Amino acid sequence: MVNEELNLMAHLMRRAGFGATREELEVLVEKGYEATLEELLDPQAEEPAHRDEFLRYHPGFWKPITSPGMGSAPWLHDLINSGHVLEEKIALFWHQVFATGQSKIDHWHEIMRQVDMFREKGMGDYRALLVELARNPAMIFWLDNCDNHAYAVNENWGRELLELFSMGVDNYTEDDVRDCSRAFTGWTLAPTIPRNAHGRHDWGFEYRDEDHDDGEKTFLGHTGQFNGEEIIDIVCQQDATARFIARHLYNFFVADETQVPSWSNTTPIDPDAIDTLAKAFQEHHYDIRSVLRVLFNSDFFKNAQFAKIKSPAELVVGTLRLVGGFEFPSPGIGNLSKEPGYMGQELLNPPSVEGWHTGPEWINSGALMKRINFTADMVGDVTKPGVSAIVGRVKAQGDLSSENFVDACLDLMGPMEVTDDTRRELVEHASESGTLSWGANSDEVSAERVGEMLQLIVSTREYQYT
Amino acid sequence: MTSTKKDPVLVVLQLSGGNDYLNTVIPYTDPLYRDNRPGVHINDNELLKIDGNLGLHPSMGSIVDMYNRNDVAIIHGVGYPNSPRSHFRSMDIWHTCEPDRVGTEGWLGLAARDIDPDKENVVTVVSMGPSVFRAITVPGVPVACVNNLDEYGLLTGIDNEQRRDKILNRFTRMYAPAVGTGQVMDFLGETGLEAMKGADILKVAPDKYSSSVEYADTPIAKKLKGIAQVHLADLGTRIFYCDHGSFDSHANQLGLHTSLWKDVSEAVSDFFADLKEHGEGENVIMLLFSEFGRRVRDNGLGTDHGAGGAAFVIGDQVKGGQYGEYPSLKAEDLQQGDLVPNMDFRGLYSTVLENWMSLDAKPIVKGTFEKPLFV
Repeated sequence: MVNEELNLMAHLMRRAGFGATREELEVLVEKGYEATLEELLDPQAEEPAHRDEFLRYHPGFWKPITSPGMGSAPWLHDLINSGHVLEEKIALFWHQVFATGQSKIDHWHEIMRQVDMFREKGMGDYRALLVELARNPAMIFWLDNCDNHAYAVNENWGRELLELFSMGVDNYTEDDVRDCSRAFTGWTLAPTIPRNAHGRHDWGFEYRDEDHDDGEKTFLGHTGQFNGEEIIDIVCQQDATARFIARHLYNFFVADETQVPSWSNTTPIDPDAIDTLAKAFQEHHYDIRSVLRVLFNSDFFKNAQFAKIKSPAELVVGTLRLVGGFEFPSPGIGNLSKEPGYMGQELLNPPSVEGWHTGPEWINSGALMKRINFTADMVGDVTKPGVSAIVGRVKAQGDLSSENFVDACLDLMGPMEVTDDTRRELVEHASESGTLSWGANSDEVSAERVGEMLQLIVSTREYQYT
Repeated sequence: MTSTKKDPVLVVLQLSGGNDYLNTVIPYTDPLYRDNRPGVHINDNELLKIDGNLGLHPSMGSIVDMYNRNDVAIIHGVGYPNSPRSHFRSMDIWHTCEPDRVGTEGWLGLAARDIDPDKENVVTVVSMGPSVFRAITVPGVPVACVNNLDEYGLLTGIDNEQRRDKILNRFTRMYAPAVGTGQVMDFLGETGLEAMKGADILKVAPDKYSSSVEYADTPIAKKLKGIAQVHLADLGTRIFYCDHGSFDSHANQLGLHTSLWKDVSEAVSDFFADLKEHGEGENVIMLLFSEFGRRVRDNGLGTDHGAGGAAFVIGDQVKGGQYGEYPSLKAEDLQQGDLVPNMDFRGLYSTVLENWMSLDAKPIVKGTFEKPLFV
């Protein structure tokens, strides 16, 4: 039962969002690929998640004073509940690229505010985003720009802006780094108020002209009394920037690339795709939404189904959205928010400014076990609304042979593709208990069998892919 | 090491958050200690003196007992140049021995690869707790990451044993090597089977275990008890890892530090008592470290991030005593108000790797450093 349209829609929703239930997919297929994509890019019909509603039930997460390891709970609530899924996905994307971590910031709310900024501006003008990033208090503290003074230059932000946030290594000199950093002197934090017993105060941006080095600078062949925004203008004009951002988008939305630090000396896996995206980036004046439109409409995207390993955030959020029941700000969300961390991706706390290593590097024996156990616990609970809906759909197909039973489950879990070997094992497992039959006496047992089959399916290697 | 001896085992207990050196190993005769710590100091009549100049925190009684039995090496002034004072970055440097760039290979992961290059034992490294620490992570090196030994394993949410066995059996078959599915599928298959095998091996540990030692009901005691269970089950584990914290005492330090060290000291003491009871203590040493010490001057009720700290190495085979020198507290000797480390942690690691584990330290710690000879 190959259904190209359904497969493609499921692929789009996995990549541009966190997957969709069969009920959702059917509505979207009806609506069509392009219309769905437009709604993702510029959501009109759907509601975003409401932070206030979350905080109403979880006031402890409002500017928390301590770091209970649950600081990402408000974001997890958005990730699970928002109807603006691509906005959440792009926030996750920029959080990976502009990686800023609680380990140093020690102020969850400030990183959360940074992510909120990514959600709001992440699909807009990349130039404006970089300016906003340069003014973002968490980023200023993370990369020490508050210690970058006219009389004593600190190059941390200036360097990472070029190396990790725009162009990539080997595209500028040490002198460029120096003068780039000089241009951002005086871009600093407003005086901060120390934490009190009930919470923490917000940080602010402040430009201090008296601490700004207004001298002449030479940057990437341009000379002038540049300030930060002019540096960002020059950065955005570089081909290297277009290609670097294109490769990041490809790595995140299309297929696993090598790790970022090796990009300067490895060719992209699909150089034509990078060309296409880089060109779109320049032609549309750095408008990320336009680049994404090109990306999601491209053949290289449509042909890349299951070409990526799911990140822990994708795995956890995707599973929670699939099984349902977490829409209400339920009491367990703090603990749930720790799950991606157990699998190697603690949200709001990336290991370093380089972000996480992705693709196969998400996997080690400890992390894989956590992935499997978490997803199996979720899908094995047939009382969860999403699982119950799957059971209902299997049941609607009447009594099923082992092969049809397995295919029905694989279909409803994606549709998912598995190798012949995996499918054979699943069928053999199903056949041990014979035909799946329904009726007053067998409903409960058969529902459990469906749950068990789903557990086996999420334990497969194939389920680790997206 | 002679061949009749049991393989050396290392337990690392990471004191996460930055442990305050000055209130752990207290220079009570140095007037600068009291000058700098008007709000956060330990009184002379409370601290546990170990010599004419230094005393340990009052809640470290069990460690002082071991110290008096010559089983504790205190390593002074541990750190590295230009401490960044960031929890993450500093912990990362301790984990990877890469102070100048971001490293991805953990020092104990590399050690494990040297110990067991062919991955004959998937439980060579066992970590207790939910996180997989970077210190033990190297791509391709198996790590068993155990949150709770009694519930460790794949698909433990399935209550019905018979059903679970059947599913695990199926899992093993699904993860079996298959031709032509690609490198990543192969890697996933191999990793899944390692996880499965590790869980199978480890699950015997709690059943085989009995002891008269009653560990406290604290997170660190549970972790060390788990480590004792695995060690006593003789499964060939050579490196254990766990952490406790948070020692990040910006505020309310006196109360916080007391309960942290009480829990750690008691748990460590019970752990070694447990091993001794089973005659299995002589091939185990434990390293306690923190990513940095704290600022010399207190901030009223707590202390902020600093640089140089203290490490402890504990065990029967450890030559007890003190190694290195307590860094000067004089204002002119501090950097940004912090103690300047005078013992590179990579030297400490080199002693552990070479003199205890019989491995070549140089490629792991990336260089040659002066070794404190506590084993």
